[in-house]
Amino acid sequence: MAIYIDEKTRVMVQGITGNQGSFHARQMLAYGTRIVAGVSPGKGGQEVEGGPVFDTAEAAAVQERPDASILFVPAAFALDGALEALHAGMKVVVVITEGIPVHDAMTMIATARQKGAVVVGPNTFGLVSSGKCKIGIMPNQIYTPGPVGVVARSGTLSYEIVANLQEAGYGTSTVVGLGGDRAVGLNFIDVLPELEADPETELIVMVGEIGGTAEEEAAKYIEAHVSKPVIAYLAGKSAPPGKRMGHAGAIIERGRGTFQAKVEALSAAGVEVAELPFQVPELARKILA
Amino acid sequence: MIKSQVLTGKRGKAGGIAFVDDPRSAQQEARRLLGMEISGFPVEHLLVESKIRIDKELYLAVTLDGGQRCPLILASLEGGMDIEEVPEAQIVKYPVDVTLGLRPFMAREICRRLGLQGETAKAFSDLLFKLYRLFQEMDAELVEITPLVISGDGLLAADAKVTIDEDALFRHKSLPRVEERTDLEKKAHDLGLAYVELGGDIAVMANGAGMAMATLDMLHHYGGKPANFLDAGGGAGVEQTARALELLLATGPKVIMINIFGGITRCDDVAKAFATVKEAKDLTIPVVFRLVGTNEAAGLEILRGIGIQAYRTMQETAQKAVELSRQSSA
Repeated sequence: MAIYIDEKTRVMVQGITGNQGSFHARQMLAYGTRIVAGVSPGKGGQEVEGGPVFDTAEAAAVQERPDASILFVPAAFALDGALEALHAGMKVVVVITEGIPVHDAMTMIATARQKGAVVVGPNTFGLVSSGKCKIGIMPNQIYTPGPVGVVARSGTLSYEIVANLQEAGYGTSTVVGLGGDRAVGLNFIDVLPELEADPETELIVMVGEIGGTAEEEAAKYIEAHVSKPVIAYLAGKSAPPGKRMGHAGAIIERGRGTFQAKVEALSAAGVEVAELPFQVPELARKILA
Repeated sequence: MIKSQVLTGKRGKAGGIAFVDDPRSAQQEARRLLGMEISGFPVEHLLVESKIRIDKELYLAVTLDGGQRCPLILASLEGGMDIEEVPEAQIVKYPVDVTLGLRPFMAREICRRLGLQGETAKAFSDLLFKLYRLFQEMDAELVEITPLVISGDGLLAADAKVTIDEDALFRHKSLPRVEERTDLEKKAHDLGLAYVELGGDIAVMANGAGMAMATLDMLHHYGGKPANFLDAGGGAGVEQTARALELLLATGPKVIMINIFGGITRCDDVAKAFATVKEAKDLTIPVVFRLVGTNEAAGLEILRGIGIQAYRTMQETAQKAVELSRQSSA
């Protein structure tokens, strides 16, 4: 059992005829993802990588019955694309696009909630159930099946940690990218219960960063509900307050979201906090030995 | 009353508000205020208004709740001071479902929790609807009135603050822009790069915000001083990477550290960009490179061609960068 997606998940790619869309569709197919349809308004009837392209998500849904969608759609049109996917019945909608207005993000997330679906992102690298299904833009070669469930706010940093774990001999069960924006569909506290319940996951690794209170909320949840061991690495220890560190959500504002507060909250909840990324596999070895 | 009009809070505490009784002192105070700076912002505009009768000061704001991912109405009968200093129990927090928007029943509930009644409750609800509309239509991150003054039967906004979501500015082109960034930060932004000046001597380029932050943390850990935060972006091509490198050189660092984990970013693109800039700029300062991931072999080959041996791990790279920054300062 994997969480959110598995080898049976039928995936639709919105914006499949664009540069990013076609490149990543190819990469996902190479990983083994079942891409059943592409959507690109005005390009219906074409084929990309041997798969059919439709003008609308509804047309794709009727013909190919996808369950999940990934969006490569410019920020100004992403809300419409995400609502279109949700309306067409997708249960998982992965929004890669960066720079989406936060009001648009709130609307897509609230709509998903009403429909019993989840939005992953915006500004996420996606998610992968290792060896089964990848819906995202991350490098294929680092995700081999194993006992570690990873949930991360940052893309490249999670690649670093997943690759370090792989090198140390630990594969991953599911890796979920929450996204770097202020309002994202999944927070740590949404993914933690799934990893706790997932029989393939023996150890949970959180990759967090400064800004917001998602890590503090996760700490409270872990203390009360998580029995599996948890390791956390947090980026931004040296970041100055008041400056947005790349991600819209990575900012220390009004004294909130500091590194120190997050480390204290997580440590108090029994989470092993790594000071540097390469310490994550060392801690994993201690725990899984 | 004479109030400084500046784009920052806490102006009262900074002496930016004056109470005067006659034209002569008004002139004096206006001159004083127009000469001052508040948190780095020079006072260029004043607001003159009559002193109002204050029966009660409230706080009212519509903001974003990242945890709940929805608009959040914050209201308190304890206005006129920092909302951070008001005890949690005295703040009404009301999350709004964006698919419903603000509804009359919600306003009634907020008034009930605040203990507002009669004409005041009616005036408060009217204002709340207007604020929510402003918040929504203008893509605001925060719309705040503090203090919101009850004066007789009426309500008066004695001070207010509105911030707009940067990512939504494309929908609000007529709004004036206030530049809070340094020239370099602005230049980087125009190039589509996330950049923050930090003042040290090791220039840093990494791909991805989290990776860039982790790189700075590691340099600090080994005793180095990063000059900047620079997220070269996921999937940046040769041209954009070259521009990013030129930006780094402009800060006059002692060492450059480049840390790339290629996912969508291709290692050969980064190496190509670096080779181009190195040749064009006749680069003499030391550069430490870490280049792994997509098209790694091709990237390393290009680097070897220009005499650079890349490191495999982030920690080796950071340690070397710190070592070199010390040498060149000796």
